[in-house]
Amino acid sequence: MTQPQRVLSYLEALNEALAQEMAADPSVVVFGEDNIGGTGCDGTLGHAWGPTRGLHNQFPDKVFDAPITEAAFVGAAVGAAATGLRPVADLLFVDFAGVCFDQILNQAAKLRYMVGGKAKVPMVLRAMWGTGMRRGAQHSQALYSMFTHIPGLKVVAPSNPVDAKGLMASAIQDDDPVIFFEHKLLYFGSRGVVPEERYTIPLGEAKVVREGGDVTIVAIGRMVNEALAAAEQLAADGVEAEVIDPRTLSPFDFDAVYTSVEKTSRLVVVDESNPRCSIATDIAGNVAENRFSALSSAVRTVTSPHAPVPFSPALEDAFPPNAGKIVDAVRSTLAASLSKAS
Amino acid sequence: MATESAGSLGREELIEAYRVMRTIRAFEERVHTEFASGELPGAVHLYAGQEAVAAGVCGALVEGDYIASTHRGHGHAIAKGCDIGAMMRELYGKAGGSCNGKGGSMHIADFERGMLGANGVAAGGAPLACGSALSAKVLGKSHVSVAFVGDGAANQGSFSESLNLATVWQLPVVFVVEDNFYAQATGTRYHLRGLDVARRAEAFGMPAVTVDGTDYFAVRDAAATAVERARSGGGPSLVECKAGRFFGHMEGFDQQGYRGAGEVDRLRAEQDCLVKFVTAAGLSTSETADVDVTVDAAVEVAVAEAKAAPSPELTELLTDVYVSY
Repeated sequence: MTQPQRVLSYLEALNEALAQEMAADPSVVVFGEDNIGGTGCDGTLGHAWGPTRGLHNQFPDKVFDAPITEAAFVGAAVGAAATGLRPVADLLFVDFAGVCFDQILNQAAKLRYMVGGKAKVPMVLRAMWGTGMRRGAQHSQALYSMFTHIPGLKVVAPSNPVDAKGLMASAIQDDDPVIFFEHKLLYFGSRGVVPEERYTIPLGEAKVVREGGDVTIVAIGRMVNEALAAAEQLAADGVEAEVIDPRTLSPFDFDAVYTSVEKTSRLVVVDESNPRCSIATDIAGNVAENRFSALSSAVRTVTSPHAPVPFSPALEDAFPPNAGKIVDAVRSTLAASLSKAS
Repeated sequence: MATESAGSLGREELIEAYRVMRTIRAFEERVHTEFASGELPGAVHLYAGQEAVAAGVCGALVEGDYIASTHRGHGHAIAKGCDIGAMMRELYGKAGGSCNGKGGSMHIADFERGMLGANGVAAGGAPLACGSALSAKVLGKSHVSVAFVGDGAANQGSFSESLNLATVWQLPVVFVVEDNFYAQATGTRYHLRGLDVARRAEAFGMPAVTVDGTDYFAVRDAAATAVERARSGGGPSLVECKAGRFFGHMEGFDQQGYRGAGEVDRLRAEQDCLVKFVTAAGLSTSETADVDVTVDAAVEVAVAEAKAAPSPELTELLTDVYVSY
């Protein structure tokens, strides 16, 4: 007998991961601004809207509202992680890393190394990211490249509810600090059939979400759907794109990209973040350095411009990559292909 | 001066307190000369002059309690029971150091002793101590956490944020502000406008007291009260201790031109916490001499062993970045 398939939103999938991991491990605690919502007021508790909604009912001693003190509570997550808890702290918008970057850059990332391996920091820092919600320059950035640059941190950016749940479970169970990027447009906009049972998806394992032999498209987060849309347009013209979702940016599954490029000989990297010193240039650089002979054309990157995210809907819509820009980039790799001496 | 503990501490406890302070003094004076000889690498900030703070505060702690330290952390580490041999090897960047040579003076730590680390960032340890306090609270343990910060760090946002978080979450944490009158070369008269940091704690609804940081008994009494409050569920406190440092901000860098003429000489002559302690505790010359001999020998051995120790294997470069990657 087939069970009816259960569809969850990305946000609901994250909520389920948090609840299941808290139930499985009493050392998991969850905190951040409005993670319960309404603490201390006379009114009803629980006005949280995000993935922590309702957790306090099931785990009243493990979920805390934090005052707007990112440096203190992110640092507290580091100290708590080093002394027996598995904290999941909520930065809300990743842009707010600006007010607590020391605790991420100098404390969380480096503690284990600085003490010669005699401590570990099993914490997760959740952070919303991405364009599309008309939130302007300080609430829309895609800063994962900055965190990927830092040794000691792991960086995760799921593109769909199934991955979001499994990667969150892995992040919580992981013994290193993980920065977990949740795209705000995917919270409600991405829905899928999500297994009810507890499961994990390994960090550092990419997924080939569409197979094809003509070009490799690596896309991150919300851009995976844009890449798939581009692939459909290309397929109508007989061009078969292979789309790879890295899912984890640190560690990064370079082997998956290399394997695909060896097959397709062309690479387009799609990244919603700014173009300089970015994950896109990192992927392109590694392929150029390690698989140059497999390439039949120059690597293309499709990114947001070297500019802050604008507010105006007209401007913001023009800011990130989209399917059309991806198609154009793919066509340029096809046009520029070297004639292989075969 | 309230010196409740002067009467309540037994002879062995008094001698132990002297041993701790005397060890810090000998360690730091020796590091000063070793650095001057050019053999000791790195950025080294010495604690001499402030020993009564580390010893008084850590004297009020028990095993299992945590401390988060500062860039000037040797004294805290010694007072928390860290091995000076391993510490000296760490300062020399040698294998077998407290952190296998990968931390150095500014990151010296010993988690087994509850020493969560010196810290290269001013007030960097205050949020960490909130975290270890949260662990104790959530896990139902009675451990108290202490965050040491300097007068300069008291101006960091992360410090004020930590005071706020600790009061909101009622964490078992004690903030110990060590006012040594200078943030690097900038005097407290300027950067704190001469005001006590304790006044800021009161604004968060946190009990706070200011004591003479060269008076071991005053520090210990204030710390004991704060630690007991934290351990019994009464939430955070702040203890501000005023004690000048005998050396500059950092070895090899600081000519101390910002200090008044004769200031350091007067500190050593009139505000030496060790001298004050011996007098107040009524220790005999033979009692102190026994400790002095043992301590000086231990420091000598620590230096000799550190110099002789091998450097870390080059493979250590890439270990401990992650638990797994």
